[in-house]
Amino acid sequence: MKESMIRGADIVVQSLIAEQAEIIFGYPGGAIMPVYDALYDYHEQIKHVLTRHEQGAIHAAQGYARVSGKVGVCLATSGPGATNLITGLADAQIDSTPLVCITGQVAAHLLGTDAFQETDVVGISMPGTKWNIQVRRVEDIAPAIAKGFYIARSGRPGPVLIDITKNAQVDFGEMNYAPCLGFRSYKVHKPVEQSSIQEAAELINQAERPYVLFGQGVVLGKAETELKFFLDKTGIPAASTLLGSGALSQDHPCYVGKLGMHGNYAPNLLTNQCDVLIAVGMRFDDRVTGDLKRYAKQAKIIHLELDPAEINKNVKVNIPVIGDCKESLSMLTEAVEKKTHSEWLAKFRELEELEKEAVMQHDISPTKIGLTMGEVINQINQYKADDAVLVTDVGQHQMIAWRYFNYKKPRTQVTSGGLGTMGFALPAALGAQLHDYSRQVICVVGDGGIQMTIQELGTIMQTKAPVKIVLLNNNYLGMVRQWQQMFFDRRYSFTELNNPDFIKIAEAYGIKAQKVKAREELTEAIEDMLIYDGPYFLEVVVEKEDNVFPMIATGCSVEEVRLS
Amino acid sequence: MKRYTIFVITENFIGILNRITIIFTRRGINIDALTASESRVDGIHRITIEVTTSEDMVIQLVNQIEKVIDVIKAFYHEDEGVVYQEIALYKIPVTRLDGGLEKVIRQHNAKIIAAEPQFVVLELTGHKEQTQELLEILKGYGLLEFARSGRVAVAKRMVTIDDFIK
Ligand SMILES: Cc1ncc(C[n+]2csc(CCOP(=O)(O)OP(=O)(O)O)c2C)c(N)n1
Ligand SMILES: [Mg+2]
Repeated sequence: MKESMIRGADIVVQSLIAEQAEIIFGYPGGAIMPVYDALYDYHEQIKHVLTRHEQGAIHAAQGYARVSGKVGVCLATSGPGATNLITGLADAQIDSTPLVCITGQVAAHLLGTDAFQETDVVGISMPGTKWNIQVRRVEDIAPAIAKGFYIARSGRPGPVLIDITKNAQVDFGEMNYAPCLGFRSYKVHKPVEQSSIQEAAELINQAERPYVLFGQGVVLGKAETELKFFLDKTGIPAASTLLGSGALSQDHPCYVGKLGMHGNYAPNLLTNQCDVLIAVGMRFDDRVTGDLKRYAKQAKIIHLELDPAEINKNVKVNIPVIGDCKESLSMLTEAVEKKTHSEWLAKFRELEELEKEAVMQHDISPTKIGLTMGEVINQINQYKADDAVLVTDVGQHQMIAWRYFNYKKPRTQVTSGGLGTMGFALPAALGAQLHDYSRQVICVVGDGGIQMTIQELGTIMQTKAPVKIVLLNNNYLGMVRQWQQMFFDRRYSFTELNNPDFIKIAEAYGIKAQKVKAREELTEAIEDMLIYDGPYFLEVVVEKEDNVFPMIATGCSVEEVRLS
Repeated sequence: MKRYTIFVITENFIGILNRITIIFTRRGINIDALTASESRVDGIHRITIEVTTSEDMVIQLVNQIEKVIDVIKAFYHEDEGVVYQEIALYKIPVTRLDGGLEKVIRQHNAKIIAAEPQFVVLELTGHKEQTQELLEILKGYGLLEFARSGRVAVAKRMVTIDDFIK
């Protein structure tokens, strides 16, 4: 053996360092122990955070990736450790979050024998990863990690899983790390075609009621400034998807609101009145489009999109502009005429008034005794930093927080969009916070969802991550209850929760906690929380049976958006 | 609904077939036949998949297949765009060998490729309609076993793998 040879486990850690990973979220176990042993020697170069569950580790890595734009890294053992990652992989896959997950695997000679903690994680995770691979030889470790990082972060980002057998971790090999710069079967993206830009520009120039819908693609493509310049020049009204929020400051004169099932009234309704629809980095999810047969049929559609497989997937488009929207947006800005669309914009503002009267009034300044989720978020807006990150779980509180949070800066929205994973928020907030201790991270979570990953309070305690946790407690699986009320004849089948004393739980984890029940206490409690130096748990008891509106019921068209 | 042949040019890596078939499973599309083989170029495999579906769907399937990291290129053709063949084997008990069968073999241009004390094996190469026709006839001759390959096909279009990997 040559002296320059090192253990496979060291190669794993050195490869991560070579890829400039700063932090690993993980959980140890038999098949990954050599890597954990190696980590002991590198704690000055790379940080490891021990979560309380592998699902917590991967959601934390997702939260980290979302706010940083870097690849989140996650480590788990074989068998149950690996299978606990699956929900997070599926979530990252559908929301295009770059991750590299490394799992330990039984020794190569035991593969296929039902050895202790052997599971076919490569097979199980195949549909939920952008790419995955099993590494059985020490010399294949570094190339696999290099390729994994490249795939995770390039093109349309996504999760990668690398399963490394134990023998490869303990064998000795050479470490000469070469970053991956591409390979023949994977073309990241082609340059934007000038002809498609010309066609799109002509259509936009002629349009009387053009309308921009922007999604997370703008964030992933780091094209926030390009979007702003495009809107500055064209004056086109622009609405955001759930994951697009933050890509454009809500103060921008062209910003008209949010799209989708619980988005704003005008942006949904007027989708069916525009004459040219310009979709930027969004994928026409069914929660955005409602009934496809009655979606924007009157409009010519331009789709700026990186992933060719998204073109014509749900909505047939007239002009596909394939490529990086950072490129295409600036080319398009060059090519279009300077314009304003004040009359058309005014239409949005008009309808916004309707929504204010019918919905927002009640949500923000309620007349009922019970607190509403909306007023909590509205109060947070008064005191939050401009670049505060909002991390939400899934349910009514998610939709309300999204509706009322005032997004001003990029990468301030972290939520599970495509998969709708309850339990996402707490660990994701932890991950977002660990990227930058000095940034305000506000985690809004429901009484149902928090109990899916509540153990991560332990990780928050151990890392002292100063996450501000706001539990909106309605003692219900509220979103499901709302559907039961509206579509199942108020038959509240198994949605009421008998909850524990959350304050005691938080305090048991050494986290400062406070509970608010009355309106008079709210403002001060939020102020206290946001200035507190350290993790903070604020439980707000809210109205039990409040509903989220506007709403486009399943199967309805965007123009059937309901205010009540 | 129409019959399409999907061609997939891919790296020869473990699991690739699985990754591709998942795409059909997810959308509930039945694969009529599938063959995989080496290509003219070392290390590159080709997979030929036959499906009956709409053109919209086949376009989406091809787009999704092409997204698979180790896939170099995927494309599709209608039957008119490809030259294809299938091979079928028929196992017949010797007790049923007679003049009638001999005529059938001649008429269909089938070959006897194995003769054992208890059975003979016939082979026919052609399009599905042809091998199917013979199958129906041989059912009347005590057919013991039947197997038919998936379609092996080449596109009529003049492009080569080299165009995709440069
Ligand atoms: C893991 C998972 N299981 C089930 C669901 C279905 N679901 C969506 S919202 C919701 C209720 C969430 O309740 P809670 O966390 O209290 O939030 P609320 O709606 O009350 O604000 C449920 C059960 C889901 N999205 N994720
Ligand atoms: Mg609840």
